[in-house]
Amino acid sequence: MLRKLLIGTALGSGLAFAAHAQDVKEVEMLHWWTSGGEAAALNVLKEDLAKQGFAWKDVPVAGGGGDAAMTALKAMVAAGNYPTASQMLGYTVLDYAEAGVMGDLTETAVKEGWDKSVPAALQKFSVYDGKWVAAPVNVHSVNWLWINKAVMDKIGGTEPKTFDDFVALLDKAKAAGVIPLALGGQNWQEATMFDSVVLSTGGPEFYKKAFNDLDEESLKSDTMKKSFDNLAKLVTYVDPNFSGRDWNLATAMVIKGDALVQVMGDWAKGEFNAAKKTPGTDFLCYRFPGTDGSVVYNSDMFGMFDVPDDRKAAQAALATATLSKSFQSAFNVVKGSVPARTDVPDTDFDACGKKGIADLKAANEGGTLFGSLAQGYGAPPAVANAYKDVVSKFVHGQIKTSDEAVTELVNAIEDAK
Amino acid sequence: MSTVAETNIKPTPEHGTRPGASIRSRLQDALPKIVLAPSFAITVVFVYGFILWTVYLSFTNSKTFPSYAITGSRAYQRLWRWTFESDPPSSWYTSITNMGIFGFLYIFICLALGLFLAILLDQKIRGEGMLRPIYLYPMALSFIVTGVAWKWFLDPGLGLEQTLHQWGWTSFHFDWIKNKDFVIYTVVIAGVWQASGFIMAMFLAGLRGIDGEIMKAAQIDGATTFQLYRRIVIPLLRPVFLSAFIVLAHLAIKSYDLVVALTSGGPGGSAWLPSNFMYEYTFKRNEMAVGSASAVIMLMTITAIIVPYLYSELRERPR
Repeated sequence: MLRKLLIGTALGSGLAFAAHAQDVKEVEMLHWWTSGGEAAALNVLKEDLAKQGFAWKDVPVAGGGGDAAMTALKAMVAAGNYPTASQMLGYTVLDYAEAGVMGDLTETAVKEGWDKSVPAALQKFSVYDGKWVAAPVNVHSVNWLWINKAVMDKIGGTEPKTFDDFVALLDKAKAAGVIPLALGGQNWQEATMFDSVVLSTGGPEFYKKAFNDLDEESLKSDTMKKSFDNLAKLVTYVDPNFSGRDWNLATAMVIKGDALVQVMGDWAKGEFNAAKKTPGTDFLCYRFPGTDGSVVYNSDMFGMFDVPDDRKAAQAALATATLSKSFQSAFNVVKGSVPARTDVPDTDFDACGKKGIADLKAANEGGTLFGSLAQGYGAPPAVANAYKDVVSKFVHGQIKTSDEAVTELVNAIEDAK
Repeated sequence: MSTVAETNIKPTPEHGTRPGASIRSRLQDALPKIVLAPSFAITVVFVYGFILWTVYLSFTNSKTFPSYAITGSRAYQRLWRWTFESDPPSSWYTSITNMGIFGFLYIFICLALGLFLAILLDQKIRGEGMLRPIYLYPMALSFIVTGVAWKWFLDPGLGLEQTLHQWGWTSFHFDWIKNKDFVIYTVVIAGVWQASGFIMAMFLAGLRGIDGEIMKAAQIDGATTFQLYRRIVIPLLRPVFLSAFIVLAHLAIKSYDLVVALTSGGPGGSAWLPSNFMYEYTFKRNEMAVGSASAVIMLMTITAIIVPYLYSELRERPR
């Protein structure tokens, strides 16, 4: 028995050694897309690679979720054991690039023409020091309203075009005895909504100055105070039980018709899809009132690490497949986001997806594509989280007035810089 | 067993010359040390080594990754400033005040409730064998399970309040878990529920160890039941109080997961404990230096409380 085991081990390691001599036909991937829809979407990529003869190996992450995955990644990188690629968000890519552990995809990028097809705002995170270090998978945008059509018809509402329209619509819902606004009282959800509020209140220029450039004058301006006032107004329309609720439960309230509207990124559409609802007939997607024409985005990326040479071929294949038009379309149809390149045909997308693609293209050309501060695309994590703290403390009453909120915001951001 | 006995009894010439026997006996002397050495080394490196490492990091400007250049005590200066920012409360201020509230109430209520339950169970009642595990069982659950179960139970739209409303008591109102000023008390409730049964078991074991003769003598002297417990039983339980306190204190300090599962941080971060603060800053905000500094402060606080207590308790024992 023992001898058999020994022979088996020897054979096994011999084989592994033989395989090392040439290119490793395997991609090792760290990600946290494990739930039904996301896993199915990722399967498209696995099959693409399998056709080219590359095996797919998931890096196991205990507990799932992005935080756990990032902790696992940190440990792997510290040990010098880089995965082929890892799902990453925004500034994380740049942090790792600065630490000098990212690979170089420029060759692939030039061959595939990423420079022209990937929006410039995204390239800020996928290109470091002139080198492509990450392949963007999708673009989410956060300034959306998700509305239950049946409830909308019942109260006789129409698409709100301005913030005041929106408040009037919420009033109608309140009068009809429906919860007007479905919100989950967790700091990132509150801050995600506030991103839209600021864009609506101050306009695109203001948003960029305050939340991407962190310009102090803008942060403490009256417009910012007005934005906090508007946020306070919106919070009066949530149900008393909102604190701590998960985002998908808030979406479920809209799906079931308990609530009229949710302000959430387009990942909410995945929930509607999973509940077999159709845009236009069951639910409506509008841009947050007053933000039409601008897109506040966040994006999932596959950060590519500086792997040994025998693994570079597999990495290039993964990068090419990730930004191929067929995968971009197939993946994003399922995920609810829009493709990370602007030249993908929108034929397979539903009405909301088509609008999302058109908006992204227009925003990219018009210079109104901005990183979401709440989602970590406006500023590094320390600043983004300080911002979330302030917004959440304002919503829950630790910070009592807009004046105080603005002071706190300026201090917190200054502190975290 | 037999070989050991043989070697001990007969250090005879056929078992080897003197050097051989001395190697063997020396080996036997050294055996406990050899057996303990790996765990000792592991403890030194992975506990004390990493404590020093954390202290070192707290004086650097480490952000996402550790950086090795010492840059001074900026992390501590920030924490010190945050300690006094009470309106609006800084996250650090919230964390340490919560630790005070939670730590005191959790330890005090667990000790009181555990002792009370143990005394009740000790009255030679029928079915004790069945009752004991019922109280003890919550300790077998992880903090995550406890947290999620209590989260549902305390949620006004889902648990207790909703149920009582359906039964007709519509004026009943209990929304502590959604209230920034009271959410920390729900953490106390869940924590006490989990640990008090275990503390009860410790006290019960202590009570069983008390000599029945002393109790009888006291009763003959005319002590009332209250006096009996107040003057005789509770003082005799002092070592149990020490053990229970240490168990509870370390549970209180590490109850990170309970806060996360029960409240996911609470409204506006109002349920944070220093452990949540440390994790958030180190791993989510990429401010490793601040996270390390907060960990060092936690360690020093614990040391300041536990060491004098241990010292005073253990010094008196031999006398």
